[in-house]
Amino acid sequence: MEAPPENAGVRPAPVGGGLMAPATQLERCVTGIEGLDNILSGGIPRGNMVLVAGSVGTGKTTLCLEFLVRGAERGERSLFLSVTEASDKLIQNLSTFEFFRAELVTNGSLVFVDLPVLYDRLGLEHEELTEEEIGILIRTIRDLVRQLGVKRLVLDSLTSVGYRIRRDERIRDFMLRLGLELSDAGCTALLVSEIGPTPSRYSLHGVEEAIVDGVILLWNARRQGDILRVLQIIKMRGTSHSQAQYVVELTPIGLLMAPHLKGGQGEGQ
Amino acid sequence: MAPVDIGERLRALPGGSAVTLKLDPREYADHYFAVLNATLRDVGTETDAHTIYVTVTNPASFVWGLAQALDVAQDRISFVDAISHIMMDYRNPLPNATYIESPRALEAIMLRVEYLLRRNPHPRSIVVIDSVNSLAIHNPPELLTEFFHILLNMLKSRQVLTVVLEVSDEEASAVETMLNLVVDETIDVAREGP
Repeated sequence: MEAPPENAGVRPAPVGGGLMAPATQLERCVTGIEGLDNILSGGIPRGNMVLVAGSVGTGKTTLCLEFLVRGAERGERSLFLSVTEASDKLIQNLSTFEFFRAELVTNGSLVFVDLPVLYDRLGLEHEELTEEEIGILIRTIRDLVRQLGVKRLVLDSLTSVGYRIRRDERIRDFMLRLGLELSDAGCTALLVSEIGPTPSRYSLHGVEEAIVDGVILLWNARRQGDILRVLQIIKMRGTSHSQAQYVVELTPIGLLMAPHLKGGQGEGQ
Repeated sequence: MAPVDIGERLRALPGGSAVTLKLDPREYADHYFAVLNATLRDVGTETDAHTIYVTVTNPASFVWGLAQALDVAQDRISFVDAISHIMMDYRNPLPNATYIESPRALEAIMLRVEYLLRRNPHPRSIVVIDSVNSLAIHNPPELLTEFFHILLNMLKSRQVLTVVLEVSDEEASAVETMLNLVVDETIDVAREGP
């Protein structure tokens, strides 16, 4: 299999833009989702580990899939680690994207791995993973990323993994170690976090958001009974970014974003 | 005052212009057909443009019927229909229409226009919004003001000609005052004649 080019689709972060002084020009992982790249001043800083948090039906998985497909199109090998949905079904869902080509999967640019299958193969059978088993899981993901030259990774979902890593200190350790491994490999990662419709935090344990480099929040806002799907960047280390809210729509040509209208009124979520 | 050729006025506008066409409610049917003729046929067909027709007043099927009478080809017009759903009239969707559940979903209107502009990349595009009055029935003025401000600026930056239909009252409404700030020109069909 031919290795994808190292810096395809990468552009340096723009100088300036916001009050935060750009100490260094961080390399960007251009998501390929135009609206998202615009509000991130050009993309996610390469190697960042980002939480994509939201309740059911807010478009987390779709956003992550587009991130991977756009990356694979740019020559960045992309890996989807699925816990909740079977790969076959996910690939089938990809056909709704007009820009998706099945060759991306067959030529190995876009790789799907079912984590439950991986658990079985690794013999991770305890309901609550032990420290040793967590270590095995991290090393396995690291090896997959290194051997395949993965530049984009999605874990869907971190919440499901978190159900098997029940202690706060262990999930903290898992995320710190995983983040280091991925960052060393220059791999930008999106970790899906499933939260309730009126969340008081962005993750299962509540410690995850402190460790990750970025948080992208999705939720369903209501206006006179109508539901609007809204996105906001809560944090993103290494770049200036918009803090405004955007209504998103999932279309066959990808995720589109428009400013969330307020009509002169501020509102909570 | 001598009748004005609306189509000629619209054709003369540079790309990225936004114009309000004011219709007289007493002669609505005549004016409305004249406006459709000017926008869809005179400007749309004759200048080889693609029209995105945002309809909040009548279902897309109704407007499409009139467009067909004007010999407008199906591939020259797309509809964003924000009224059929709320009227529970969604059984026979048009192939060249996209439907929005509610005229209150203003962001969805913006996004569908954006979607259609990307799907139909064309050297000359026209967006018709029919009408500001119908949108005002469902949305508070502050929200509508913000909507028009963002949408018209977005379309201006893309060099899209925007035509906003307005049925004029005697007194200027808050939305009308706002529209005057964001459009480049107002053609008073009622005063100047179709």
